Amino acid sequence: MYDNMVTARYYEERLQEEYLEGKQPAFDISAGPIPGELHLAAGHEASGAGVCQHLRDDDTVTGPHRPHHIAIAKGVDLKKMTAEIFGRETGLCRGKGGHMHLFDPSVNFACSGIIAQGCPTAVGAAMAAKKRGLDSVAVAFLGEGAIDQGGFFESLNLAQVQQLPVVFVIEDNDWAISMPKDRVTDVKDGSMRAKGHGMPGERVDSNDAIAVYEAAKKAVSRARNGNGPTLLEVQVHRHMGHFMGDAEAYRPDDELERIKKLDPIPRLEQDLLNEGVDQSELDEIRTKAHERVDEAIAWAKEQPEPEPHEALEDVFHNPPEEWVEAANMAAAQEGDD
Amino acid sequence: MTQQVAERELTMSRAMVEAIKQEMEANEEVFVMGEDIADYGGIFSSTTGLLDEFGRDRVMDVPISETAFIGAAVGAAQAGMRPIAELMFVDFFGVAMDQIYNQMAKNTYMSGGAVSVPMVLMTAVGGTYSDAGQHSQTLYGTFAHLPGMKVVVPSNAYDAKGLMHSAIRDDDPVVFMFHKRLMGLGWMPSPEGPKNTVPEEPYTIPFGQADIKREGADATVVTLGLHVHRACEAARELADEGIETEIIDLRTLVPFDTKTVVDSVRKTGRLIVVDEDYRSFGLTGEVVARVAEHALDDLEEVRRLAIPDVPIPYARPLETALNPSAKQIADAIRDTQ
Ligand SMILES: Cc1ncc(C[n+]2csc(CCOP(=O)(O)OP(=O)(O)O)c2C)c(N)n1
Repeated sequence: MYDNMVTARYYEERLQEEYLEGKQPAFDISAGPIPGELHLAAGHEASGAGVCQHLRDDDTVTGPHRPHHIAIAKGVDLKKMTAEIFGRETGLCRGKGGHMHLFDPSVNFACSGIIAQGCPTAVGAAMAAKKRGLDSVAVAFLGEGAIDQGGFFESLNLAQVQQLPVVFVIEDNDWAISMPKDRVTDVKDGSMRAKGHGMPGERVDSNDAIAVYEAAKKAVSRARNGNGPTLLEVQVHRHMGHFMGDAEAYRPDDELERIKKLDPIPRLEQDLLNEGVDQSELDEIRTKAHERVDEAIAWAKEQPEPEPHEALEDVFHNPPEEWVEAANMAAAQEGDD
Repeated sequence: MTQQVAERELTMSRAMVEAIKQEMEANEEVFVMGEDIADYGGIFSSTTGLLDEFGRDRVMDVPISETAFIGAAVGAAQAGMRPIAELMFVDFFGVAMDQIYNQMAKNTYMSGGAVSVPMVLMTAVGGTYSDAGQHSQTLYGTFAHLPGMKVVVPSNAYDAKGLMHSAIRDDDPVVFMFHKRLMGLGWMPSPEGPKNTVPEEPYTIPFGQADIKREGADATVVTLGLHVHRACEAARELADEGIETEIIDLRTLVPFDTKTVVDSVRKTGRLIVVDEDYRSFGLTGEVVARVAEHALDDLEEVRRLAIPDVPIPYARPLETALNPSAKQIADAIRDTQ
């Protein structure tokens, strides 16, 4: 768990550096080595790591638009994920998806840029497992802003009424872009919404990664043992802007200072030391994690960009004849140029 | 007053905000709601400054629940108010399409005209900055295809202000689709052109009147939004080669100005339709069909440039290959000569 958390933190720090290259001094979202938007999750690590610690490769996870820490904890291939973020041909999605839309079927991970829309598909994965008599589970991660979305409520209801092995994990970072939680809901504790559906709900603080781990353990084993869905809410913090380039004029001045004190990583370090883990062991884990991240980024940057004609591929798994012809023609034309 | 109206240039976002502000001052029944439109001023600066001027009652941040707040706009409009609801990216229409299509767009007809829905649904469209398949679409054709809503797509600040005044005053639902690249945002540079001279006083531009951006006898380019600027760039290049291109900016899709398009093709005989939406069953086909119905004998050549029925990819070389460029437009025009 510690390993996943320090990997995720360093990964985001490095992505931030890379992202800003070529975008300074004047920020232009379409410049620099990493295309598009970038939503970083520094401060969220304990939820991804604490929950995914209980999952196997055959368990399904659906992530939100801020997915890296969850993907890392679920065991998504770090190199291929990084290549995808850099828009490269050897990326997870061959450059088609990008950072908000990572798909790694080898560990059953997927995410979407549309708020809360990973909930129904997680329910579907759980339905498939139940129908097949398997003991795999599905976990849907979403932000506290996303739980006002109809797709979330409908998913809770469907999962409960069919007693499906799903865990819904709300990452409550108090903000939905610029909108503070208290302006858009009167429910302070999002896990309370479980009550209305007759399912268990629990809220934990990510400052304490071990508490997240324990709560998730209960929820995942409940699902795995055929006892139905659970709603967990983890209080996390967003150390950065909503996306890179967000000036955050809406955020109160002292908030960052306050939440950085609640950083789950030093807290977990201290907990581990108190339990008798040696400092050198933690240092080694961290050093290795950093090496792994640096290696993934270096590798990704060396990867080729896709050829333009590849844009026409992958629309279908079983493409119509005319489609194949068009794609072949585009490829041939490119060859001529 | 009128003597001292100075020539001032506004960005498209400033022009839109000015129209909304003037309508809000003139009519207590106008209000705005959406995600991040208050303190943030709209992710694409479509509501900047309105909160300070009008307060939270009339400039409302709402929960991330498009079904609820777009539907609420429909209800408020039916109660006689004039709401403006912002859907942050048009791509998110899916979670709320019932409210948009089965309520907003149909209630007038299904009530036999007993009910009117005087609201504006404004939304950001367009790609060219690697935001991938769920954040880069234009979907002009989808909204124009489904009956019951007027569809507005401005290409510059002057038009944006005039069309926004018309939209708010219109007794029907209007979908106001603004291209992110044209807004004049610091973080997403615009091409030359969308920032232009805008009068301070309110004025309206009637719907259903296309704008002839440039006259020419050799070819007619019909387009809208960002591609008006790409077409103008292509036309400038071709003028050096002695090819004179007529460029028609549609400005509104519903209602559609068939006459201006047909008259132009009668003159030039050559029609090139350029669209940032998907190719099949959409705007390009519609324009060609109308011209064929009305001026088949004059039609010598037809070309369509659009996204070739592929979701918008993330990686730069892929997205660039699919989105019609000034060069591709110039080539297509040359090809018809
Ligand atoms: C259906 C839909 N509506 C709006 C958006 C735009 N959007 C992207 S992230 C976001 C805020 C999400 O907040 P939250 O769920 O709390 O997650 P956080 O970003 O705080 O991690 C919004 C409104 C979207 N992607 N999809």
